[in-house]
Amino acid sequence: MSVTNTINLKDQFLNGIVKENTIFKLALSLCPSIAVTNNLKNGVFMGLAVLFVQVMVNITISLIRKVIQPKVRLPIFMLVISGWVTVTSMLMAAFVPDVYAKVGLYIQLIVAFASILARAEMFASKNSFIPSMVDGLGMGVGFLFALTVISFFRELVGKGSLWGFPIVNTKPLLILVLPAGGFFAVGILMALFNWIDLRYMKKSAVSH
Amino acid sequence: MESEFTKYLELIISASLINNFVFTRFLGLCIFFGVSKKMETAVGMSITFIAVMMISAALSWVVFTKIMVPLEITFLEIIVFIGIIAGLVQASDTIMRKVSPGLYYKLGIYLALISTNCIILAVPLVSAGEKYSFLQSIAFGFGSGLGFALALIIMASIREKLELADVPAAFKGMPMAFVVTGLIALAFTGFSGLITL
Repeated sequence: MSVTNTINLKDQFLNGIVKENTIFKLALSLCPSIAVTNNLKNGVFMGLAVLFVQVMVNITISLIRKVIQPKVRLPIFMLVISGWVTVTSMLMAAFVPDVYAKVGLYIQLIVAFASILARAEMFASKNSFIPSMVDGLGMGVGFLFALTVISFFRELVGKGSLWGFPIVNTKPLLILVLPAGGFFAVGILMALFNWIDLRYMKKSAVSH
Repeated sequence: MESEFTKYLELIISASLINNFVFTRFLGLCIFFGVSKKMETAVGMSITFIAVMMISAALSWVVFTKIMVPLEITFLEIIVFIGIIAGLVQASDTIMRKVSPGLYYKLGIYLALISTNCIILAVPLVSAGEKYSFLQSIAFGFGSGLGFALALIIMASIREKLELADVPAAFKGMPMAFVVTGLIALAFTGFSGLITL
């Protein structure tokens, strides 16, 4: 892997944000995308937590990849992931307790994210330190981006505020901050991304 | 005894309808959207889910209260619970294959999917957080499983019809599934005043 140059790394970074965006493209790890995105602050912190776990897991796995027995790799990956998730949830409980009170359960459930395990299995266990870190950064930033877009949209339209500060004075569309509204918001945003794809990229849309 | 029974019944109803995992807590969505395309798979998944959830709720209660609390290692709950679930899934996989191969061919594939599912992990985490008793955790696990089964079956029957509907190109597939789920979730908010715990 000594031939990895900057262009490759850049592609790897963008891959997670655009081509394989966890939420809008792969439709994985959807639970927090709806549960915590009714205001911008929670959405951003959740995204940051996932970014941190993803990067740290990728780094750890790529560092120990040569000593892992292939037969027991899955339990070891789970162990690494749950270790870092525990660290993250403790850090958040200590430094941002008001956010943690609302999103704590979902932070703990990062353990069960298919996307993190998939990156560990498909990328970090086969690549060296730097590419794995970049890959983790790309996937994490893509996730953060998706959560930020969703929560920005929901808080602005649903409450007329951003990060808790009032922005617009119109009557808010309350449905978007209700639980059910999360599904509408994600559905509409996904359709929007599909529409852009169909219209400008001439590529096939997400269909399952 | 009478009031005890009502208490468990209330817990089951609240876990399955009022705090339905899919529609109000948004857990297990990957599996929910993944397997709700066909009625048959939805039913198979539901049965497996209810069974695994009850057993894992009971097992993790025992481990949590009898081992982790006395040793003061409750901060390891995530690692321990995921270990319990992975072990349980592996064990039931092996047992099912030996004891009832017919059932294994029907449901075995779902078992493999379960170990990385957040809904299964959420049951022990929530019951540990709420400090439920042994029977309460089992009732909670059963109720949650029932709620998930209900959600899956409703969704599967809608999506089977949706296949034939004329949906705008951009909304085809996942986006439409999301909007439909939103509508069901809206209907489920009607249960919110059913009982007060």
